[in-house]
Amino acid sequence: MEQSFIKELQTIVGDQYTLTDRESLAVYGYDSTPELESRPGVVLLPGSLSEVARILALCHGAGISVTPRGSGTNLSGGSLSGGGVVVQTSRMNRIVEVDEENLTATVEPGVITSALHREVEGRGLFYPPDPGSMNISTMGGNVAENSGGLRGLKYGVTADYVTGLTTVLADGELLHTGGKTVKDVAGYSLNPLLVSSEGTLGFFTSITVKLIPKPRAKITMLAHFPELNQAALAVSAIIAAKVIPATLEFLDKVTIKCVEDYSHVGLPLDVDAVLLIEVDGHPAVVAEEAASVEEICKRHRCSFFQTAKDADEALKLATARRTALSALARLKPTTILEDATVPRSCIAPMLQVIQETARKYNLTIGTFGHAGDGNLHPTCLTDERDKDEIARAHAAFDEIFDAAIAMGGTITGEHGVGLAKKRYLPRLVGESGIKVMRGIKQAFDPKGILNPGKVF
Amino acid sequence: MDYVKLINCMRCGMCLPSCPTYKETFLETASPRGRVALIRKVQEGELDQSERLLEYLSLCLDCQACASACPCGVNAGELVTEFTCERKGGEGLSFMEDLVLRRLVPHPDRLEASLVPMRLYQRTGLQKLVRKLGVMKLFPESLERMEGLLPNLPARPLRQTIAEVTPARGEERGTVTFFLGCVMSLIFSEASRATVRLLSELGYRVVTPRNQVCCGAPNMLSGDLDGLKEAVRSNVAVFGGIEADFIVTDCGGCGAELKHYGHHLEGDPEAAAFSAKVRDISQVLALHQEELRAKLKPLPLTVTYHDPCHIAHCQGIRREPRDLLRLIPRLEYRELEAADACCGSAGTYNIAKPEMADRILTRKIDTIRATGVELLATGNPGCLLQLKKGLAEQLPQVGIVHVTELLARSLDGTP
Ligand SMILES: Cc1cc2nc3c(=O)[nH]c(=O)nc-3n(C[C@H](O)[C@H](O)[C@H](O)COP(=O)(O)OP(=O)(O)OC[C@H]3O[C@@H](n4cnc5c(N)ncnc54)[C@H](O)[C@@H]3O)c2cc1C
Repeated sequence: MEQSFIKELQTIVGDQYTLTDRESLAVYGYDSTPELESRPGVVLLPGSLSEVARILALCHGAGISVTPRGSGTNLSGGSLSGGGVVVQTSRMNRIVEVDEENLTATVEPGVITSALHREVEGRGLFYPPDPGSMNISTMGGNVAENSGGLRGLKYGVTADYVTGLTTVLADGELLHTGGKTVKDVAGYSLNPLLVSSEGTLGFFTSITVKLIPKPRAKITMLAHFPELNQAALAVSAIIAAKVIPATLEFLDKVTIKCVEDYSHVGLPLDVDAVLLIEVDGHPAVVAEEAASVEEICKRHRCSFFQTAKDADEALKLATARRTALSALARLKPTTILEDATVPRSCIAPMLQVIQETARKYNLTIGTFGHAGDGNLHPTCLTDERDKDEIARAHAAFDEIFDAAIAMGGTITGEHGVGLAKKRYLPRLVGESGIKVMRGIKQAFDPKGILNPGKVF
Repeated sequence: MDYVKLINCMRCGMCLPSCPTYKETFLETASPRGRVALIRKVQEGELDQSERLLEYLSLCLDCQACASACPCGVNAGELVTEFTCERKGGEGLSFMEDLVLRRLVPHPDRLEASLVPMRLYQRTGLQKLVRKLGVMKLFPESLERMEGLLPNLPARPLRQTIAEVTPARGEERGTVTFFLGCVMSLIFSEASRATVRLLSELGYRVVTPRNQVCCGAPNMLSGDLDGLKEAVRSNVAVFGGIEADFIVTDCGGCGAELKHYGHHLEGDPEAAAFSAKVRDISQVLALHQEELRAKLKPLPLTVTYHDPCHIAHCQGIRREPRDLLRLIPRLEYRELEAADACCGSAGTYNIAKPEMADRILTRKIDTIRATGVELLATGNPGCLLQLKKGLAEQLPQVGIVHVTELLARSLDGTP
């Protein structure tokens, strides 16, 4: 990148917030995606909307690419840039307002997801999306990836909560979409289009989300299953029984062992699977639902059923689950994780496909995930130095994706396409799908400077 | 350095919210994930060991909060220390380092003597004068900071005054040896006196060998591995010769180092046996909670506890000190937010990186303020020094004590 151009950027954000040294560029060359790295030309840390707008206007004029970055925890390579400008939102981290009359919160994009949780829960309110990474992921990243979480089954994902956005467009112009209203049908619905746009359509500088009252009661349960298949069938049975738990998470044997090694919460090491189940809401309803969950798990031959005795124990169990992905990395240096999602009635056959494929390619795959959402994370434990095994892992995932698509599922439920899943997108959405998406990109960003090369 | 330890980091970022310097800067270079990546890239030849790279790494407090947070078992703090150690070890010691680490620290007598002028300086009123005139401003900033951190020194270091054998009170239940931390002995001798008293009250005969030497942590931090091994060998020999149930210390930093002796002298069974016996004082006292409770008199105080990194992150001890404080009748214990976040002391970090240390300290003081307590308890001399200074400047109504000192006050019933 030319020195004179960097100087101009510097005048916008200040020297201190313009990183150009080799070391800094090297560590902004990765996010949480395995195997992918590329070095940006410069990293900027703006402090305000107007700085972001000026950066974009300048880059637009010069035809230089801009990639937004929150905390760099996405799993699809979405925040990587080869030689362009990376703009990190961490300094824009104010919770601007919690509006208790309209039940909304407005935040800057760099706010950490769990910081918003703490703020609203202190007022008896609730912002449900809670990705495993919530203690570090940013709201901007969550919106751009349409992140899900452990509570997705009952409460939905980020898109279900975003009601208003302020977005800086590719040329630096501002776009306001939605606001605090519950309803809005004026023109095309742009909010849902911007949510999950992975930094390719605009740069969010302000995000308004709706809040709901905090559920009054919650019961957290853990069921041990000696047979994997029974655990999967129990998931479908719970939903078929018209109980919608807030959380219905699945961990297989490999994952259980790694999580227990780290967290020591007393997970069983001799069973094939556990389900972590949380029901919440009105105390009377919660008790009733917990009873049916227990009954269904027992009917599916669970060997042990535990109800958390207090909030502390419940939190420990949920926190242990959140560490699953990282804990799997204890066994092998490299973890390649996928995000295939199927209609939830297909959880059992999907698990079977994963197991068979792992066997066929002689791989260790640990599987955990949001079983209630049909969203599993088969995670291949490997070593990036073993090129042969890596090749087999990719071949295995190829088959797993095909199986998911054949079941009416999708290649990614919540991690986004980014660079990592680009190759599979056409298989899922077809030529027409890609054509429409390209048209949308063209309308928002005709010069193609926003996070180029991602999605398609 | 073991390359696998570096590639085990999967870059999930779970460490970021635990890292004090990341919380202050939001910079990837100031995060555990970033530090591991920097070292890895040097190892892979993609980056050089530039001054800038070392400068980035030097911002690490080695508080190891990231190690507690890491689900896949990466210890970024330790990797940074190991990396900088290897590099420094290759360079040899500077004149000053050689003087301090080889000629002063391993010899308790000389170390103690070196503080005589300081004691005189305080006692003659010169300190008051110097502070009033602001003469310190004329000296290098690091010296000024050291001066500011130093509380009033005891008349004589504990090592010189404590009996080699303190008998058990009442029926003897066993023998422990007491490891005297340099800073505890030189500066916080009252707390260590309390430690010995508590052990004796609980029926332990306490042996405090006078020929013990510094634990070696300062050598380790300066990359002086030979000096470190020398210290390990001396202490293993001294303590190995005494039959005891435990080797007890009331210094979190020493405790963490002593528990590593087996690792420092790999393959040496005596060093491993030494480490296996080491206990933080809170671990030993917590074994006898009912007996202790019976001896404690009420202290009507509101108290919170700061987890020293060397106790919580390096030794995994969190419950015991809290349980002990809760034993004191009428004491109201309040939990501190982010209690296990570093206070910015981190060995000599507060002297080497004053600006960052101050920001981290201020954050800590703010959380203490939010609890509204009268007294802060902790278990490590570095934290005591740093927090004493922070409280004096920003929250003078709150006092600070070592946990054992507070327990001893409760034995007497004098708050
Ligand atoms: C251990 C672990 C657990 C995880 N668990 C879950 C989970 O349960 N559910 C889930 O859905 N995901 C999960 N993730 C993935 C990841 O945390 C999410 O994708 C998260 O939303 C990324 O947030 P971030 O701040 O790190 O964004 P980044 O990774 O920095 O960026 C992600 C994308 O958002 C874009 N972006 C960031 N900020 C803006 C902005 N202001 N405007 C426009 N675009 C922007 C970037 O360009 C990039 O394309 C997990 C990741 C890890 C490592």
